[in-house]
Amino acid sequence: MNAALPTENATALRRSEIAARRAEVVAELSTLLPPHALLWQREDTVPYECDGLTAYRQQPLVVALPETDAQVAALLRACHRLKVPVVARGAGTGLSGGALPHELGVTLSLAKFNRILKLDAAARTASVQCGVRNLAISEAAAPHGLFYAPDPSSQIACTIGGNVAENSGGVHCLKYGLTLHNVLRVKGYMIDGEAVEFGGEALDAAGLDLLPLVVGSEGMLCVITEVSVKLLPLPQTARCIMASFDDIRKAGDAVANIIGAGIIPAGLEMMDRPMTAAVEDFVHAGYDLDAAAILLCESDGTAEEVDEEIGRMLDVLTASGATRVEVSRDEAQRLKFWSGRKNAFPASGRISPDYMCMDSTIPRKRLADILLAIQQMESRYGLRCVNVFHAGDGNLHPLILFDANDADQLHRAEQFGAEILETSVKLGGTVTGEHGVGVEKLGSMCVQFSSEEREQMHAVKRAFDASELLNPGKAIPTLQRCAEGGKMHVRRGLLPFADLPRF
Amino acid sequence: MSMTSIDAALAPLIARIRNASESRTPLDIRGGGTKRFYGEAAQGEAFDVTGLSGISSYEPTELVVTARCGTTLDELEATLAEKGQCLPFEPPHFGRGATVGGMVAAGLAGPSRAAVGGVRDYLLGASLLNGRGELLSFGGQVMKNVAGYDVSRVLAGSLGTLGVICEVSLKVLPMASATATLRFEIDEAQALQQLAVWSAQPLPLNASAWWAGMLVIRLRGALAAVNAARVAMGGERVDDADANAFWHGLREHDDEYFAAAHRAIESERAMRLWRLSVPATTPLLALAGEQLIEWSGAQRWLYSAAPVNRVREEVARAGGHATIFRASDKRGGVFAPLKSPLDRIHRELKKAFDPAGVFNRGRLYPDL
Repeated sequence: MNAALPTENATALRRSEIAARRAEVVAELSTLLPPHALLWQREDTVPYECDGLTAYRQQPLVVALPETDAQVAALLRACHRLKVPVVARGAGTGLSGGALPHELGVTLSLAKFNRILKLDAAARTASVQCGVRNLAISEAAAPHGLFYAPDPSSQIACTIGGNVAENSGGVHCLKYGLTLHNVLRVKGYMIDGEAVEFGGEALDAAGLDLLPLVVGSEGMLCVITEVSVKLLPLPQTARCIMASFDDIRKAGDAVANIIGAGIIPAGLEMMDRPMTAAVEDFVHAGYDLDAAAILLCESDGTAEEVDEEIGRMLDVLTASGATRVEVSRDEAQRLKFWSGRKNAFPASGRISPDYMCMDSTIPRKRLADILLAIQQMESRYGLRCVNVFHAGDGNLHPLILFDANDADQLHRAEQFGAEILETSVKLGGTVTGEHGVGVEKLGSMCVQFSSEEREQMHAVKRAFDASELLNPGKAIPTLQRCAEGGKMHVRRGLLPFADLPRF
Repeated sequence: MSMTSIDAALAPLIARIRNASESRTPLDIRGGGTKRFYGEAAQGEAFDVTGLSGISSYEPTELVVTARCGTTLDELEATLAEKGQCLPFEPPHFGRGATVGGMVAAGLAGPSRAAVGGVRDYLLGASLLNGRGELLSFGGQVMKNVAGYDVSRVLAGSLGTLGVICEVSLKVLPMASATATLRFEIDEAQALQQLAVWSAQPLPLNASAWWAGMLVIRLRGALAAVNAARVAMGGERVDDADANAFWHGLREHDDEYFAAAHRAIESERAMRLWRLSVPATTPLLALAGEQLIEWSGAQRWLYSAAPVNRVREEVARAGGHATIFRASDKRGGVFAPLKSPLDRIHRELKKAFDPAGVFNRGRLYPDL
């Protein structure tokens, strides 16, 4: 992460500069926050050195844990005046390093913003502080027969503020949409401490629709403190089909056939054979270990609706060559079917010292192509890769297994990951479906976007944050970084004339 | 699905944008011209983009269609219908020749909006020309994509102020297997209450409209779900042909209510057709004039001669905003004024995409 400095003297100089800056910022912020809300001693700030992407670590200058909106605004005003970078942080479960601290910046932990402010059952909305956990919203809504639809795997821990920052998905977004589709309003502060509100309680707001820019902006446009979400009526029932295939291509075709038949399942997930073996060993759900791929297809709604849809999906799966199909008999069995899929990450943690989770999206019909390409990469990089997919929306989570104690393995894993992302772009997809770019995929962004496109995105950031102090260096790579990386942008979309060949 | 497509109609557009930016000549971007009544008055030289036309790719099993801006909505919808698919948000055409680019720029959705989402929810990606004449591609053709800022979705409802929308990729959905329309004779307050109750239940409620003592609702979804809901909800079944005509009239603003509103606007200068966007559970709005309620209460149409400020204040109190949708007198501003810092962000974004201020100048707000 940090470029090696040439000499020990330079390092010492840098250290003393950082210490001086730290003292200056602490002195300023301690007039705004209570003493317990400010951490800067190394032993106190260690837990904040990384997020869910643990391979990248950085000691923050200072960690601030404000408790009120007024404190957030005052802190931002001070940081803006002192030109101190600000990195907002929720639960720290992000998988792309979006909350990686800045060496000279304040890590702004919003953990104390954990109250549900209002749950309006009649309007089917909830207004919550940004630090409320994703699952806590659905738990609070359940007595009213309602739920909050996006359900990332980390939903017991991750916060709604983090979900908004990343535009998180989950296993049910094929039917229910992403965070963006389920958020009505975001309140927060601009870098200069001015309060701001995007969206509203109505279905649209006046002027440009800025909510899609803010949702998924990885903390680079504003600091979010409050989110109003839509709640949906809980489906009366849900059932799940587990289908086995002896060939990965047949499983991929079955996914396309279900969609082609006009069915939008509540969930449509795939696991390959090595992944299935890993999770079966972990949860003992009775998965078919002989299958080349397993599909989980869920239907939810009224009992009549679910019966109708399960029947139609069984027909399609059988016609697509499923070697075995099983429909969940009851809720316990349905949850058992899902237990392996939901535990794919911890199960991978049991079979390898470390794993790197990729997150690209490809057009559904290219599923088999990417899987076969990944198989070839496994032998090329000498590393194993197990695969889970949100097959319904083409979002892949290849888990590259490696041992981080071996520097060469880490390096090969990174190269392997980058090649999966580049291949995904070449197949018409994107380098990140739901985890965000953070620091992890900066290099891959150079492949997906042209220099003009990246420059336009930097200009969007400056329209919100002219000082460029909010989470600097994340999400959108600089021109220089892309030039140094030497990766060629893959052209896509409309062109005025054929590209000249460049060699 | 090819990764790129070539369109020779682009090169002259790019050249003209560069010249316009250099000379700071405003350009009035034109598609089918069916929504020119909407927004502030257009300024500048006509900039026709209908030459950029055609469906670039359509993959029914991917649920994605990519079309150039000048493609007519008629062509797009017919192509989707052949494969049993549709744009579920029912964008209004408002006349013959409505285009895909115009649909995105206007950002308007029809009766099903509250149930299925709006234009921006179905936008997966876009290619646009910015004020420097650079052809930029954001988003893509896949449902889940969080690489970089989601610039394409901001184009929905931007009225062409950020750039020329050249091509868009849209999520499409299968047409529902069953539809039924029911009507109930109830007053406005009861209708709002009833809609809130139904909306909180897992019913396939797809559209609603209340006007003049009559609530009409549309159920849409799996046959079993629609049939079960019909029994649970009661009311009187509307025959399919009448129902289709009714929802079409509502979508295209040529039904009885909107025809009366248009006549009133023509005969009285102070008369305006307002679109009021409010939280769905907002009680009756105490405003003089004739109201029609859609989107389970979240969209209310009002034609009224009430002063602009009076309408805006009442709607703002309810937590919403009011747009002058059609009027001969648009003084006071078509769109509700923005407060700081949103006004500043709008100006800065405009500068970021269109530094010389050539695209659809003043169409959204006078200073943009």
